[in-house]
Amino acid sequence: MRTFYYKNKPSIIGVSSVGGPKESAGELGEYIEIKSNDDTFGEKTFEKAEKKMLYTVIDNSIKNANKGIDDIDAIIAGDLLDQIISATFSARSFDAGYLGVYNACATFTEALTIGAALVDGGYLKNVVCGTSSHFSSAERQYRYPLELGCTRPPQAQWTVTGAGACVIGQGEGAKISCATVGRVVDFGVVDVNNMGAAMAPAAADTLYTHFKETGKTPDYYDVIISGDLGILGSRILTDLVWQKGYDISKNYLDCGAMVYKNAKKEYQGGSGAGCSSMVFCAYFYKMLREKKLKRILLMSTGALLSSLSSQQGESIPGIAHAVCIEI
Amino acid sequence: MENNQNFINDNYLNYVKSVSPKTNEKRSLIRAFLVGGLICSIGQGLRYMFQYLVGLEGDELAAYVSAVMIFLGAFLTGLGVYDRIGKFAGGGSIVPITGFANSVVSPAIEFKTEGYVYGVAAKMFVIAGPIIVFGVASSVLVGLIYYGIYNIF
Repeated sequence: MRTFYYKNKPSIIGVSSVGGPKESAGELGEYIEIKSNDDTFGEKTFEKAEKKMLYTVIDNSIKNANKGIDDIDAIIAGDLLDQIISATFSARSFDAGYLGVYNACATFTEALTIGAALVDGGYLKNVVCGTSSHFSSAERQYRYPLELGCTRPPQAQWTVTGAGACVIGQGEGAKISCATVGRVVDFGVVDVNNMGAAMAPAAADTLYTHFKETGKTPDYYDVIISGDLGILGSRILTDLVWQKGYDISKNYLDCGAMVYKNAKKEYQGGSGAGCSSMVFCAYFYKMLREKKLKRILLMSTGALLSSLSSQQGESIPGIAHAVCIEI
Repeated sequence: MENNQNFINDNYLNYVKSVSPKTNEKRSLIRAFLVGGLICSIGQGLRYMFQYLVGLEGDELAAYVSAVMIFLGAFLTGLGVYDRIGKFAGGGSIVPITGFANSVVSPAIEFKTEGYVYGVAAKMFVIAGPIIVFGVASSVLVGLIYYGIYNIF
């Protein structure tokens, strides 16, 4: 069994989100708490900018939960950079425990799964879960210099410049009721530009496992949300799940596909560890609080490659963790 | 691997291939032709200019034209324009010598944050390095073949 239920249903008691210029001008821009017109956030390097974003959302989510840093027992955070420096260096500024986690773009639901378990078991009182990504810092680590004149293939996605964090504790807020831990699935996709296709089998596996182990059907949820499969990956996921006998075409959304205005212009939409956390903390959490949505399944998806592994000819393993959040 | 579902799944890869969007080849070719042609025309224009107005010729003339084109490529990269041209033109702006300048200057700008030694200097040839290596290697090879043919016949 990879699905388990939280007996005490820990709550998400405060959230915060930050977005870069492109994200703030995007489809969900109006919901983002801190919108920035400057993608360096006043810092000298993009890595420092990403750290500042993550620091800001962690700090703000604690304030939004009406807590102080003394109430926070642990920060669980991660990002895409080598040695998850954004998360670690943000945590440096807080007088709280720190657990660094990495599952590429699936880090957010991984952090939620762990954080909710620690709170649910009564081991920790309040936990902050957050992730971030920055287009420019990801681009230089995984791809080419920004000013290099090259074209992107049509199946490519655009890394979201943004971060999101939420405080899990006991109290008023949306409740985390169950989680399905994902499995590393690799169907042999080697195209580093086609992350959607690389991650979709893992997402399908997690969804299928979730439905099988809980006995639920897709219409149990108001909306099923994947992290950053993009337009192409979403289509593949819908097909793969359909083959297993579940129809998610009516109530399925993808954070990456909905984050930019005219996603087609960014080819398949947004991606990155900050994609699902920013979209959830900005938009879906608000929808839950306003009771426009009652029960959602949030499933961040990650591609577990490194630039070394793909240069050595390895295919791209994917992972997805699903968390059920209800009001 | 037997008990694992993880293996190269040919059915899936074929399916992915069938649903993935294709690059619009006709459009890419036309754009590359137009922009690449324009860059080369500018180069040819410079050549005429140096030849008839300044009176240069031979290797000197070629060196002057290359130097100016390299400067233009580097300058437009610094202004943040060349990547936009590249996004539109694809191979049309990569192949000419301006593209080579772009591939040297863009990492130099990008890695300035890691300092002048480990950043700018070390990373400057990250993209252009392979071009130089294979360029030199293939010119040696062609030289040897030429030498062989020349001596035999």
